[in-house]
Amino acid sequence: MSGAADLTKETEQTGERTDTPMLELRDLRVFYGAIEALKGINVKVYEGEVVALLGANGAGKSTTLRTASGMLSPRDGQVLFHGERIDGIKSHDLVRFGIGHVPEGRRVFPRMTVRENLEMGAYRFKAPDPDDMDRVFTLFPRLSERRTQLGGTLSGGEQQMLAIGRALMGKPELLLLDEPSMGLAPLIVRQIFDILEEINKQGTTVLLVEQNASQALQLADRGYVLETGSVAMADEASALLADPRVRAAYLGEGAA
Amino acid sequence: MSDATKTTNLTVAQQLREVRWYQQPRWRRLGALLSLGLLMSMVTGVQGTHNDIFYAVRENFSDGSVAVWLGLALLVWAVREFASAPFTSSARKVKGTLVTPLGAVGRLWSTERWVRWGVIAAFAAILVWGPMGLSRFWQTVLVDQIAIYLLVAVGLNVVIGWAGMLDLGFIAFFAIGAYSAAFWTGALPVQPPVVLNNFLVIPLAVITCLIAGVLLGAPTLRLRGDYLAIVTLGFHEIVYLAAKNLGDVTGGTSGVKVDRWHIDLGFWTYEWNVIDQMPFYWLLLAFIAIVVFLFIRLEHSKVGRAWTAIREDEVAAASTGVDTVRYKLMAFAIGASTSGIAGVAYASKVGYINSENFVILLSILVLSYVIFGGMGSIPGVLFGAAFLVWLPEFLRDFVDPKDRHMYLGALLVVMMIYRPQGVIPSRRRQRELEMAEAGTGGADATGPASGRQS
Repeated sequence: MSGAADLTKETEQTGERTDTPMLELRDLRVFYGAIEALKGINVKVYEGEVVALLGANGAGKSTTLRTASGMLSPRDGQVLFHGERIDGIKSHDLVRFGIGHVPEGRRVFPRMTVRENLEMGAYRFKAPDPDDMDRVFTLFPRLSERRTQLGGTLSGGEQQMLAIGRALMGKPELLLLDEPSMGLAPLIVRQIFDILEEINKQGTTVLLVEQNASQALQLADRGYVLETGSVAMADEASALLADPRVRAAYLGEGAA
Repeated sequence: MSDATKTTNLTVAQQLREVRWYQQPRWRRLGALLSLGLLMSMVTGVQGTHNDIFYAVRENFSDGSVAVWLGLALLVWAVREFASAPFTSSARKVKGTLVTPLGAVGRLWSTERWVRWGVIAAFAAILVWGPMGLSRFWQTVLVDQIAIYLLVAVGLNVVIGWAGMLDLGFIAFFAIGAYSAAFWTGALPVQPPVVLNNFLVIPLAVITCLIAGVLLGAPTLRLRGDYLAIVTLGFHEIVYLAAKNLGDVTGGTSGVKVDRWHIDLGFWTYEWNVIDQMPFYWLLLAFIAIVVFLFIRLEHSKVGRAWTAIREDEVAAASTGVDTVRYKLMAFAIGASTSGIAGVAYASKVGYINSENFVILLSILVLSYVIFGGMGSIPGVLFGAAFLVWLPEFLRDFVDPKDRHMYLGALLVVMMIYRPQGVIPSRRRQRELEMAEAGTGGADATGPASGRQS
């Protein structure tokens, strides 16, 4: 872990920082065939932050994340990691830069045991780091109980935990999560977000895409609200959480 | 059980809950045993057609041998279903106390080092010197067919068993290997720049097959399993028809004579001759041993783990840092070059090749060897290839030679119904089938998630 000391630098109240962001998406335009999915998106993620991308179905959240993780290439615009362009680099190579990716829909290896899944997470190293393995098992005691169980036989929540744990085995600086709460019970979502907070405290920067706006904004430092391929709002998470438009659109009136 | 007269009074739910008689395992088992009985009566009975395709069937029915076999099957089924208690309980009683010789060796195997090495040494000795005791016919079968197809099957296992890509045209690479051997030894109508010894051809054939594998693989690997299968089928036809129709280059259907294995060091020469099969056998045994040793190492290496991950889920594999395209290409290339070595070995053993040595049926047969033995498991594939190549030759003495592949087909059908994971399945394949049966995944030929790439 490099430079862990100044990770906790607070975001300025005005929202604009002058130092280089860890991840920056600059004027990103992505097309699916003729359809423009992202119409010039700007997102900045600073070291030590948790940033949430919110929005309705089809707003372009997942597309943004998939572009950041190298699964899609932008037609226009840039993806910068520590100020260096990384768009066009394939997702398996981005792992070596320290960008961990938890794909949408969990995607654990169904016929591998929990332990084997985690070992695959450390694929970029010669051998899995036992300390990382211990860390994952400490973060997710439920995985620890199910070490020898096959990934495909775990419950949805456990699979999500396994997918996150597997990404952590690659020692990521930045963790990209695509809808970690998808299809999970509120209690499990709570647990997973608590663990994400813990992971962030241990020094991993997090960018997550979420439908569950209230959970995501409680965890996040900052948030972006996407609407039909553009950023509609960008602000501190607490400000977004209090914003009446966000409350109306994503939280349901009065709910929190 | 189910009673037809009652169904009219049952509610819909009750009707649906009723287990139909044909869904009950015991009747399925009866069906299997009766088919087996019928099969055995045909194998052991009268053969031939005598200008009447039903001749053999009628003869076997009229002389009662069918009835005997079916009766036997029925008896076995009845005892197993209704009167098995005394047998199994006594067997269990015996099993508790009995020390079988194999069991004793097995126990020593896991505890005593010398037993392990002793068994391995004995096994190796049988492999090396055992075939000397065989008849010339079986020696020829062993060298010309079993040993060659073992190599091909082990290569195909990399592609289909490990990387999970269905290849229906694998013999194309075998053909490329064989024609490389013919070309570089100067046997083809077109002359090579320099005529080489058969052994020196091996690396060239490997390189040629690597290139062919990559050329075929690079544009097609993005395809889903079933589309890839069709592409490989097409590739096989291209190679086969090129060999057949480019007579000026390949010799076509009339074929070409290829030099047999020989060593010429100037001061010492040795030639493998057709009189004695054993030197050929030892040479091929060495090839197989080397390839199998390398592949066992490969299976447990990083490459092997990458293949497993790709088979399980390509997106997840990529997200853990596996270069999916590169490893799939690698599987294609490694499989192809193994098949190429087999092609060189075949041409240099038989001494003659023509385009009809590389028909599509062989690709399908090799695929069935891999699946029969157990995809992804090297011992399984070795056994599958050896057994299924041996069986038609063995049946030669019992049935009409033209019918041999029919029995092979019947065996494959039965096998896929009752033991789809293969004779000696790999641990992971076993898991896949168990999970598919429990409804938590699929288990098609190319692994659970082959089609999920977008």
